[in-house]
Amino acid sequence: MSDPGPTPSPEQSAETGTLAARLALKQRAGGIIVPIVTVLFAFVMSFIVLAATQRSFHTALLAFKEIFEGTGLNWIFHPTTNLITSIAAYNLSQTLLETTTLILTGLAVAFAFRCGMFNIGGQGQYLVGLIIANWVGVDFAGLNSFVHILLAISAGTLAAAAWAGIAGVLKATVGAHEVITTIMLNWIAFWFGEWLFGAGGPLQNSTDASNPVSNQVSPGARLPDFWGPQGFQGLHIGIFIALAALVVFWALLNRTTLGYEVRAVGFNPDAAAYGGINVKKNFIRAMAISGAFAGLAGALDMLGGTTNYQFGQLDIPFSQVGFLGIAVALLGRNTAVGTLFGALLFGALLYGTNHGLGSGSVIQPELAGNLTYIIQGLVVLFVGADILILYVWNSRKRLRRKPPAKSTKAAQAPA
Amino acid sequence: MSTWAARLDNPVSARLRDPAVSGFLGIFLGAFAAFLAIPPIEARTVTWPILVGIVAAVLGVWTVTRGRRRLGWGAVAAGVIGIALGIAATRSSTGNLDAVFDATLIAQTLGLTTPLLFGAIAGIFSERSGVVNIGLEGMMLMGAFWGVYGADRGGTWVVGLLVAAGVGGLLALVYAFFAIHLRSDQIVGGTAVNFLAVGITGYFFVQLYNNAPVPSGVSLLPNVHIPGIGHFLGAAIGDLNILTWAGFALVIVSYVVLFKTPIGLRIRACGEHPRAADTVGINVYAIRYGCVVLSGILVALGGMYLSEGPEGNGSFIFNMTNGRGFIALAAMIFGNWRPAGAFGAALLFGFSDALALKLQVYSPQAATMFRSLPYVLTLIAVAGVIGRTVAPAADGKPYAKQ
Repeated sequence: MSDPGPTPSPEQSAETGTLAARLALKQRAGGIIVPIVTVLFAFVMSFIVLAATQRSFHTALLAFKEIFEGTGLNWIFHPTTNLITSIAAYNLSQTLLETTTLILTGLAVAFAFRCGMFNIGGQGQYLVGLIIANWVGVDFAGLNSFVHILLAISAGTLAAAAWAGIAGVLKATVGAHEVITTIMLNWIAFWFGEWLFGAGGPLQNSTDASNPVSNQVSPGARLPDFWGPQGFQGLHIGIFIALAALVVFWALLNRTTLGYEVRAVGFNPDAAAYGGINVKKNFIRAMAISGAFAGLAGALDMLGGTTNYQFGQLDIPFSQVGFLGIAVALLGRNTAVGTLFGALLFGALLYGTNHGLGSGSVIQPELAGNLTYIIQGLVVLFVGADILILYVWNSRKRLRRKPPAKSTKAAQAPA
Repeated sequence: MSTWAARLDNPVSARLRDPAVSGFLGIFLGAFAAFLAIPPIEARTVTWPILVGIVAAVLGVWTVTRGRRRLGWGAVAAGVIGIALGIAATRSSTGNLDAVFDATLIAQTLGLTTPLLFGAIAGIFSERSGVVNIGLEGMMLMGAFWGVYGADRGGTWVVGLLVAAGVGGLLALVYAFFAIHLRSDQIVGGTAVNFLAVGITGYFFVQLYNNAPVPSGVSLLPNVHIPGIGHFLGAAIGDLNILTWAGFALVIVSYVVLFKTPIGLRIRACGEHPRAADTVGINVYAIRYGCVVLSGILVALGGMYLSEGPEGNGSFIFNMTNGRGFIALAAMIFGNWRPAGAFGAALLFGFSDALALKLQVYSPQAATMFRSLPYVLTLIAVAGVIGRTVAPAADGKPYAKQ
């Protein structure tokens, strides 16, 4: 497997001389330009699909305009803080809600990537976060609100960390590939959820036995909204927690010994082991931290009420945010800032396509949601290929004394 | 002592003394212990399951003492579980037992095995040549949708089969280009394929069929009727789908191709050591392209069974594979990248699915738990509790020509 992603930080490169520093700068520039090109390409492709199937250029243009308005990003043209009167402001708040979740699921994937692992289990860890946060949020109802929220969030986060930790332990002890184990853990979490919320399940609601959903989180455990009136499903304070998580992610990786070890293992486990780093310990640690981010996403979603504080059997198959995190992290090059922008893009896309075209006046609303999947797939496909560009670029840098005929040829192909 | 050893030195008894044999025999007997208490044998006393289970456990302990620890403990566990299930079964009423364990359970198991089997064999071809195929799920979904579309527009299931195979192969070709020529990360590429397939099938489902079920009367994959084989066998295998039989044939064919022919040797060489294969003149890229495209075709046929088989009844549902591609992947791993092993694993997973369907009436809770069994078993298998699974050495590693 080619090394996915982590580019050497400029500080590291600068130590090796001016040429390397210049190369690092160039690479960083490429690191911004290539994702943008990828996204543009994905949009153009989906535009072509839309125009070809609707047999109308105009309809496709209109659809994209509606998607843009659906994201609420047109809010910047006439900003207002009143969510009730302004549709744009409301859409924007919903886009930011999606972004909150995607920042965290993106970070989950990115953190494991930095340790050289592919955490494809963000979805399962997210589900564990949802489930545990719901359980704690429903029970322990007598607690002080602040304590209750804190307890529910930390329980969800820790449970997901432990869930992901299973994959880490299996990789460290018996060398089981984390992609296989996390896929299996995803589906175990999925069926576990179905069992919990299904008919007669332990977490099924206590009022309607025919309805496979959970109880509502008790009012004291709900995250307060700060944009929009309480109970209006506006923007809750979770976005600040997600932004804080971005800072934590950055600081953890770049300013702590733990982060240094994680990155060293990610660059080259053999070299790290030779340098005295306990590789196995880092596999487990990185996987657990990665799961914690996804679990936090689940806990915030549950307490923040995107699914009306309930969660059920019917919601489980439709939630895809854990998988979207892969696209977010890859697009964001596994960095904190990149993840933020990746999450914004996909958050906007997710809400914009599903609700912007909801009126059905331009194209069928059901088409729109599927358009998101197509765009998402194209982005991942081409970002995956673009990892190669960086890889080739790096190897060219390493081997620049040798004739780089083959590498340049390969590098041109995917662009 | 020496005569005793000499007498045992002939090949047959030497094989019997092999701890691997006793271990597998133990596991088999453990399963048999549970089987004794259910129809058609249906022993009504706990004696037989316990007796057979104990034999299984003893064989397991013997195996452990001969050095095959994992296999031995597996046999012990099988014996104990067999006893427990046997006792549980004898305690429940015969009426319920007859309803759950009858010949249709076999037919249902084989039916549910079919898509998994196609997927697992598809995965084996791709991964034996050195390309990880996480995109099985997506390619299966493509087969499910375009198979119906082809059968609907072409008027016959044969057209559907061709369309499904073509579209599956095409998506696999795109994936192969990224995985082989562009040397992009294969997990990332496979994930992208899964997203793309959900989007493409969902989009065209809405576009072409307005999100409604495909009109009835679509030509379905036919069943093969085998008359005159008795009541029990007739209900069990007398009316299986054509693709189910094709799946059985596929196991044999793929085994022969992979392990008994020169082309199979080449495929495996590309998956174990592509550089060495390249050195002796094998075109690694060509082999890998061929295998990935074949993999896409096969898994798409498995997907078509979902929508066009007897259970699907000619209707497509959004994201209808619902993880079956991943179960196929699990069956491939559980079967240790071998056709026969994958068949066994697919059968086991198909059985747990069929049992879950049957149990739905009595206990939805137990049924749901059964659905997670394949994933739990695979997790245990990759953890190395029941023998180690070993992937091809160059699996997932892009190869750069020199």
